[in-house]
This record gives sequence, structure tokens and C-alpha cells, in this order.
Amino acid sequence: MIEQKVVAPEYLFNEAEREEQFITGSEAVREAIRRANVDMAISYPITPQSESMHLVGDIYAEGYIKEYFRGENEFAVMSSVAGAAMGGVRVFTATGGPGTLRAFEAFPTWAGARLPVVCAFMTRGINSPLSIQPDTLEMAYMLDTGIIMLHAENSQDLYDMILQAFMIAEKPEVHIPVGVFVDGFFVTHTRDRVKIAPPDIKLPPYNPYSAPVPVMDMENPPIRQMRDPFVMKSNFISYAAHASWQQEILAAAERSRRHIAHYLGSLLEAENENAQVMIVASGTAVSQSREAIESARQEGLDVGLVKLKSLRPFPTEELKAVTANAKAVIVPEFNRVGWLAREVRAALEAKVKVVGGPRVFGGMTMPPDLILDEIRRCANE
Amino acid sequence: MSVKIIRPTAAFADLLPAEYLELAANGPYASPKTINDLGNFKEIIEEHPHCAGCGVALGVRLTAASLPAPADTLIVGTAGCSFFGLAQAALNYSCSAFGNQNAVASGLKRMLKIRYPDTHKDVVVLVGDGGIADIGLDLTLHSWFRREKIATIMVDNEVYGNTGGQESGMTQEGQVLNMAPKGKNFAKIPVFELAQVSGCVYCARVTVASPKKIGQVVRKAILLAREVGPTYVQIYTPCPTNFKFPPQQTINIAKKAEEGHYSFREFISDEAQAYWEKNFSSSA
Ligand SMILES: Cc1ncc(C[n+]2csc(CCOP(=O)(O)OP(=O)(O)O)c2C)c(N)n1
Ligand code: SF4
Ligand SMILES: [Mg+2]
Repeated sequence: MIEQKVVAPEYLFNEAEREEQFITGSEAVREAIRRANVDMAISYPITPQSESMHLVGDIYAEGYIKEYFRGENEFAVMSSVAGAAMGGVRVFTATGGPGTLRAFEAFPTWAGARLPVVCAFMTRGINSPLSIQPDTLEMAYMLDTGIIMLHAENSQDLYDMILQAFMIAEKPEVHIPVGVFVDGFFVTHTRDRVKIAPPDIKLPPYNPYSAPVPVMDMENPPIRQMRDPFVMKSNFISYAAHASWQQEILAAAERSRRHIAHYLGSLLEAENENAQVMIVASGTAVSQSREAIESARQEGLDVGLVKLKSLRPFPTEELKAVTANAKAVIVPEFNRVGWLAREVRAALEAKVKVVGGPRVFGGMTMPPDLILDEIRRCANE
Repeated sequence: MSVKIIRPTAAFADLLPAEYLELAANGPYASPKTINDLGNFKEIIEEHPHCAGCGVALGVRLTAASLPAPADTLIVGTAGCSFFGLAQAALNYSCSAFGNQNAVASGLKRMLKIRYPDTHKDVVVLVGDGGIADIGLDLTLHSWFRREKIATIMVDNEVYGNTGGQESGMTQEGQVLNMAPKGKNFAKIPVFELAQVSGCVYCARVTVASPKKIGQVVRKAILLAREVGPTYVQIYTPCPTNFKFPPQQTINIAKKAEEGHYSFREFISDEAQAYWEKNFSSSA
């Protein structure tokens, strides 16, 4: 194994001198994992994720990770990752699009088994027709799996969020999985300036006994117990145990708020929050919105921007606060179903007009002009 | 696991459940027990909610009593009747999604090997026929192809017991069951043969009518999986509820099967045989 110095997460995130590199999103994943003190990574190819897990394989070969292999399909990979996490180690994997759906049953079992797995989702279209192009549709399905969901806007976010995700996931009072979502191709396959910490430092190792459930290693008293919340009997105690277990997972996600705020600074970022028209977006839709806002300001229109970084837990109160003056909220998205508009509408409780769109999908880029059109319409109403 | 971990602190002993005290004092952790000791020690599997006469319950109980090192054994299960007894087993047991057991076990085993390089942590998969032969077949075979060092044990009742008696891939040809209203129209899936050609270094086929054999083959499968490679044990565990025979007939039915389609079978690779002779032949 390569020798690296263990440092406090806060030092790695905030204090260590960073070097700026011009790298792809996939390379940003590699650089995050290089510093993440990961014990095991398991891979399975799917465009646009594959390259990042090739690169993780490379650093395994270099001696930064103890174990790595290619599994047989995504459901198997997510299951093997679960087994490893039950055994008390830090694990990482990544998938996207059809891979996310192939593995779907595993995600609620991760949350239910209180596994602090970190998984990157490089989102893409879902069949059918077959498409490998960018699309965030899979995030709609993931919203209620019990996992924490962070959405990266760019490679810098991706690098930072992956590292921060481990620290958030592993807090004893949280201890549920974190998904770091990123828009495939737009981020994974483009180069950007990313500021990264030196390669000779890494996060502290995972402490297996931070788990709120017994570690699967037979180093704890073997009373008649089960590793997972499995209560199958048809009686009230079983129902109550199951119900309270589910509530506890929700509560764990709630308790993650302060840790997300600690490491990411906040669950959302707002600019010009007193504006009458606000754009609320996540992922690369934020970048496209920035361009549209720039043009709108030149036309003298008063527009603000909200970048959602955490989608689960959802920053409902923060969003209400930063849109308090708005008469309209625009939600541009890279998918056809408009899951983010639904979330925003539910959070704002019909107090503000929420424009669900523009939406592009099937691989299209989002022309800032489309967003600008909505801004003009809302501003002139 | 050091037995010290489970030894009750004297001051708190009277607060602990009697069950726990008995497990600590007379369980199988300090000195492993065998099938021959049944009745004289506190078992890993005790009360369970299986149906009366359940072959799966007996298969699970006999397997648990055959573990060479229960204090360092992890059982990975899946949905199916086997989880009824195992969910209350006095060792770490995990059960996540139906059919993913060998993938879970692969990740777990590799990591325990890294966390405990000097201790054998035996990872044992113990699940039903549907879980292995149908929904989990690809994950099972791939764990064998990858030579994961886990022992896979099938409690084969030739039916989906847990969901109410449907045909499984291990059901015998011609058998009428739910979802096979005209009788199953293909043979039992040859998992034993698949195991042999897919990398298992040891395979055995037994029934619950031969507890001593179960004791031998389970122990052998687990010890060989530690050092040599994946192993597979298939135990016939008849299900009175879904095959509608009286619960006291379970053993007779298994006994009869030993003269027919469930005769004793064993396969061992040359490498495993050499390893066995070198290390364990005196105690075999
Ligand atoms: C994905 C999924 N599909 C189906 C089921 C329903 N299911 C639970 S147990 C079971 C049958 C188990 O049969 P087998 O593995 O033979 O075990 P047995 O109950 O006979 O011991 C089925 C179909 C499930 N839990 N998950
Ligand atoms: S249904 Fe069959 S296998 Fe399941 S518990 Fe009852 S007897 Fe056992
Ligand atoms: Mg069965």
C-alpha cells in the first residue's frame, strides 16, 4: 500500500493547500478516491461511468485501495459492496442510468441495513429507446430509497462531494448511504479546472464500530439478533418494530443536515436571493442557468439563483427563505418528468408560482436561451 | 471472537436474560461442538417459527451444529423459509435482497480477510433452492467462477416454501405445484454439476435423514473453503406443508430419497483432497 498521511477531514477539505488541475470529471473521481482511504471498490461498466471506475482500478493497482474487482452486474456489485460494508470497511462504487435501475433493489437495503456506502451516479438516459446520453431521470426513482442524495454541478463539486460524502455517511447518528449524483458526459467527459489537495494525505479510516448496528464480524456478543431490520412475524410488535426502523432511517437522514452543512457549507447556495424571479436548479442545469441569468441581467431583469446541493434531505426551510420575495420560481431540468419541479412545488406549498421547465432530455444540451425565455415571461407577468 | 467478549460481567449477570447466560456458559463458542453433542449444549438455533416437521428447520439446525468455528462464522442468508430459524441464530446473520447472497458473501469474505488476516472468519451462505438455483443462480455461479472462499449450502425442499408452494428450478420433473398446474416440465437444475465445473473444490449432496453425514460434509466444506476455494453442499430438506404429507414423515421421506434421486454424492478436487489429507485427514 502507498503511504499517505492521515489528516483531519477539515484539514483535507479546507486547509490543505490545493493545486489546480485541468481534468475531466472521471479524473476528479479518481483524485477524490485517491485521498478517501477507501478499503474496497467494485466496478461494472456502463457509459458514462466506466472511465471513472477504470481510473479507480488504476489507483488500486498503484496501491491506494486494498481490494478492487469487476462484478458480474450492477445488482451483484451493489450487493457485494453491501457485504463489504457489513464487514466494517469503507467502500466505493459507481453506476448510472440502466445500471442504477438494474441495481435498484439494493439501494433501500443499503439504507435499511444502515450501510454508509458511497456511490457515484453518473446519470444518463434509461431505455427505451436505448440511449447513453445525459439525462437525470434516474434521480426521480432514487428520491425515496432512503439514501442521502447530493448533486454535483461540476468536477470541483464531484471531487469535494465524494470525499465529504464518506464523512457524512459514517457519522454514527447518520450511518446511511450517500449517493453523489453528477450529470453524465457534461461533467464526466469534459475538462475543467479542479482544485485538489496534495496526494500524500488522506481521510481518517472508517471506524467499523461507529455503526449503530452490529458489525458483521463476530466480534460482538452473539445474542440472538440479526444484522438487518428483519421482522417478518405477523404481529403488532413486528409491525411496530418495522415501522420504527423505517422512521429511524428517515431520522438519520434528518440528522445528516448539520453534517452536510458542516462539510458542504450549506444544503443550497443562493445568489441575489431577494429577486422577484428565482431559478432553482441542481447539477449542470445550474451552470446553464448562470449563463441565462447573465443575459437577463444585461436586459435589466431581476433574477436570482438557487443551487440545490442536497436533494435528500431536501432543504425545504432554506428554499422557503431564499424564495420569500419571489413571485415566480423557474425549475430547469435535464429530464422529461420534472421531478425537481415536483419537489420544489411541494416545498413551497403553492405560495409561489413554480414554472416546471424548461426541460430537455434524450441527450440534448439546455440552451440558456430557453431559460432566458422563461425569465422574460415571468418577469413581465 | 474471543470468548471474553461474551462473558458476562459478574455485577450485571443477574440482569442478563437466562438465554444469554446459558449461551455464554454452555454455547458452542469456546469449544466447538458437533452433531454428536446435540442435546448437551446450548444451540445456535433454538426456538423457531417453522412449521411442524419442517425439513428446512432441521437442515438449518444440523448445519449450525456442524460449524467448525461458530465464534468466527458469519451466515449470509436470503428470503425463504431458512430465515425463520436463522433470524434468531446466535451469531451474525445477514439477509438483504432475494438471491444476492453469494455477492454479499463475496464482499464480506474479502473484507474480513483484510481486517482479520490472522483469523479464519468463515463466511457461509445458507439459503433455499429457489434462492440459489433460480433468482440467485448468476450471482452464485459468478462467486464460484471468481473462486470466492465461501461455503454455499442449499436447503433444498424442491419448492418455493415461503411463498406458498410454487415450482422452483429444483422441483422434480412432473411435480404439480402452484405455478406448475400441469406439472413441472423440466428436470431439477443440476446445481451440483454446475458447482463442479464452475470452480467449487468440494461438493456434497446429503439429506436430513443422515445427520452425521451433514456434520461431516458441512465441516469439510467450511474448512476447505478457508484455504482452497468455494465449496457447495446441497441438503434435501422436505417440506410437509407444501407437499402435504404428515409432519412426522419428513425423515422417512428423506430416507427414501436417499435410495432414489437424493443418494449421497461427494466430489473433491485433487487440490482440495491433497490439502485435506495434509491437514485434517486424521479428524475426517
Ligand atoms: C425480488 C424478490 N422476488 C420474490 C420474492 C418473494 N420470495 C420470497 S421467499 C421466495 C421463495 C423462496 O424459495 P426458496 O429459496 O426455495 O426457499 P424456501 O422458502 O423454499 O425455503 C420468494 C419467491 C422476494 N422476496 N424478492
Ligand atoms: S412452508 Fe415448508 S419449508 Fe417453509 S417452514 Fe413450512 S414446512 Fe418448512
Ligand atoms: Mg425451497
